[in-house]
Amino acid sequence: MRYEIGAAPLEIAPLIAAVAGPENGAIVTFLGVVRADDDPEGTVEALVYEAYEELALSEMRAIGAEASTRFGPARVAIAHRTGACGVGEASVAIAVAAAHRAAAFDACEYAIDELKKRVAVWKQERYRGGAARWRPNAEV
Amino acid sequence: MTVRLLAFAGLRDVLGGPKRELSVADGATLADLWAELVRARPQFGPLEGSTRFALNGRLVARDATLAEGDEVALMPPFGGG
Repeated sequence: MRYEIGAAPLEIAPLIAAVAGPENGAIVTFLGVVRADDDPEGTVEALVYEAYEELALSEMRAIGAEASTRFGPARVAIAHRTGACGVGEASVAIAVAAAHRAAAFDACEYAIDELKKRVAVWKQERYRGGAARWRPNAEV
Repeated sequence: MTVRLLAFAGLRDVLGGPKRELSVADGATLADLWAELVRARPQFGPLEGSTRFALNGRLVARDATLAEGDEVALMPPFGGG
C-alpha cells in the first residue's frame, strides 16, 4: 500500500511494485491524463492541481482500505500530482493487485470514482491565451 | 479566541489569501465562523452550500465547536483525478 501526493511526474512502475505479491494474479492500473479539452474559454493547455495533503492522504488511505474490503482482498497504491500538468501528462495513477482480474478491475474503478468525489484536491484549467478557471468534478 | 483559516482553490481568492487568523467568540461553532466570514466578505454568502470544512485535518460538520488555535480549512468542491 502506497499513497503519495507530490509535484514530481508520476511513474506507474513503483506503484505496481508496491502492490505486487505472490498471492495476486491480476494487477490493474489506471492513469488519469490531461486532455486538451475545447472549452468556451479556450483550449486547455494545462491543469494546475493543489491539495490539502494531510486530508487528501488520509482519504486516499481510507478509499484503498474500502476497495480492499469490498472487492478484495486487494492491495492499492494511489499517487496524485500537484502543480502544473501539461496535456498528455498523468495527474493521477492507481495500481490495484488482487487474486483475480474481476476484483482488481472493480477495486481500481472504485478507487478512481471515490477519489474524484472525496479527496481534497482541486484543479485549475489553464487555457491557451492565458485565461484560467477552477474546475470542480461533476457531481455523480 | 483565535483560529487559523486555510482556504483552497477559488475560496482562497474570496478569503484574500491562503491563510488568515480570525477571532471568534469562545464556544463558537463552524457555523458561527462562517457567519462571521459572510459579514466580513459577502461574496462567501452564496458559497455556503458548496463549501466543506476540515478541522485540524479532518472533515467535520458545521456544528463542530472550535477551540483556541484550531486550524479550519475552507474547501470548495473537489476537482482531483
